[in-house]
Amino acid sequence: MQFGIFSVSDVTVDPTTGNRPSEGERIEAMTRIALKAEEVGLDVFATGEHHNPPFVASSPTTHLGYIAAKTENLILSTSTTLITTNDPVKIAEDYAFLQHLSGGRVDLMMGRGNTGPVYPWFGKDIRDGIKLAVENYHLLRLLWREPVVNWKGEFRTPLQGYTSTPAPLDGTPPFVWHGSIRSPEIAEQAAYYGDGFFHNHIFWNKEHTEQMVKLYRRRFEHYGHGAADQAYVGLGGQVFMAETEAEAKKVFRPYFDNAPVYGHGPSLEDFSEMTPLTVGTPEQVIERTLGFADYVGDYQRQMFLIDHAGLPVETVLEQIEILGKEVVPVLRTEFERRRPAHVPSDPPTHASLVAAGPDSLHHAVEPVKVRKAAEAAASGAGVTA
Amino acid sequence: MSRRVVVVTAGLSVPSSTRLLADQLAEAVTAQVTARGEGLEVEFIELRELAGELATFMTSGGVPTAGLTRVREQVSSADGLIAVSPVFTASYSGLFKMFFDALDTDALNGMPVLIGATAGTARHSLVLDHAMRPLFAYLRAVVVPTGVFAATEDFGDKGLADRVSRAAAELAVSVLSQGGYAVGFTPNAAGGPRRTAGTRIEDEVTPFSQLLEGHSGI
Repeated sequence: MQFGIFSVSDVTVDPTTGNRPSEGERIEAMTRIALKAEEVGLDVFATGEHHNPPFVASSPTTHLGYIAAKTENLILSTSTTLITTNDPVKIAEDYAFLQHLSGGRVDLMMGRGNTGPVYPWFGKDIRDGIKLAVENYHLLRLLWREPVVNWKGEFRTPLQGYTSTPAPLDGTPPFVWHGSIRSPEIAEQAAYYGDGFFHNHIFWNKEHTEQMVKLYRRRFEHYGHGAADQAYVGLGGQVFMAETEAEAKKVFRPYFDNAPVYGHGPSLEDFSEMTPLTVGTPEQVIERTLGFADYVGDYQRQMFLIDHAGLPVETVLEQIEILGKEVVPVLRTEFERRRPAHVPSDPPTHASLVAAGPDSLHHAVEPVKVRKAAEAAASGAGVTA
Repeated sequence: MSRRVVVVTAGLSVPSSTRLLADQLAEAVTAQVTARGEGLEVEFIELRELAGELATFMTSGGVPTAGLTRVREQVSSADGLIAVSPVFTASYSGLFKMFFDALDTDALNGMPVLIGATAGTARHSLVLDHAMRPLFAYLRAVVVPTGVFAATEDFGDKGLADRVSRAAAELAVSVLSQGGYAVGFTPNAAGGPRRTAGTRIEDEVTPFSQLLEGHSGI
């Protein structure tokens, strides 16, 4: 199972000191956070993508390329890549390039983005969000899998005789997750292609997350990629830890009370009950996190949101240290203890996808169609024999 | 088949004149439905009790709290709605608006609604037609022609009882004329989008082949 950190890259005033980091300081902090994640044995670092203040992460592959050069094992991912407003041609190029730079330590999570004004800045309309996600992602698959692409769609200028360069490392496109909080169409999209499904989880009640993941699992099985419990599921989580629960709450409360997303609203206690937020001891975080599998099933990737709401970078680095040293080792053991043998522990990695060979369905633009054609051919052969 | 009408009331004091009007409307609707040989269950929702959850919902990007989720389902699955607000500053109260802001846009499709309002003076009576009626029109509910406004002085006037029974008769006819709605299942009579509380991920999903149609680039 993979564990990691995901960042939204917000520049937020520290409510306890009034300090607002500069954009440069925030970028540097995110870099240090990623390096710390590798140092303490976490598996993944994912950066958000935003094109409006107060966020700095407008150029994910630039940042991930820099982090790649300073790390050995860390998987570099996104949370999320805007499949709606980005040109899929540029996503294909940028992330294939990052694959080459990082030796294949790349996967991506597609998301739509929920900030209305960003869409027109990129010539799009938020009301087309689902259609953009469907068309652009399908084109991205083509660009990574077909040597020459001829294509015409609704949203982008047509392509004739186009070859995306560089081709994916080892001719093997990166694994893709699709993130959505409440759109069944995106769970359906992930299931159709046999991709991963990530639920942000952290601003929602568990019943909601459970329904979305179950829908994805059921449709994953429907499309023949495996049993429902073998589908690739990732979850977000949000924690703050100290030696005692009282100390954790005391330190975190001013950040919670003033946080951009939920500040000045529900109490820390109410929000902890409604959502997966856990503020307490490492043992409490372990217990709560293990409980996630009770409602989404055994899953493959757990990401934690740590660096937000103006928390100083030194505090964030301490939190990652606790996660890596005290929490994740126990989670690894305990999650594997409860996982049935037929349920994969890890999502696909570059190594596993290369090992599966060029004929694996990962290389099909529409795996469902290829599988069905193969089955039809096999049953036809059976009849004639 | 027994029908179910939900009464949403936004009064703040206990007892409130808004609840008093709501009680009269509920009793009159019950009388009108039973007079037509049908049964009616009436359920009251005091928005005051949801004030904290509504604030949480608004300040957290829409985290569904347990009580609010229950009430949203209760409202969308009803056969009719009686909605009563006090008039504050020339309109329905902020609490009343917060509740309807927290509903799914398809939560009241085709819903028979009786609107009522209370105020200290009759000068506010156009709030019914200038504020409440457009709100429910936006939500594609079917508001009965008679709305009931009660200024403080109306509680001693026979005219109020007449308006209450006329409005109640209209709502009773509207409730009885539509089949039972089950949330998320029955298409409405006009063939428009079905009514849904929007609190659950529905089991039915558009197959991806339909979503991809016209977008595969071929």
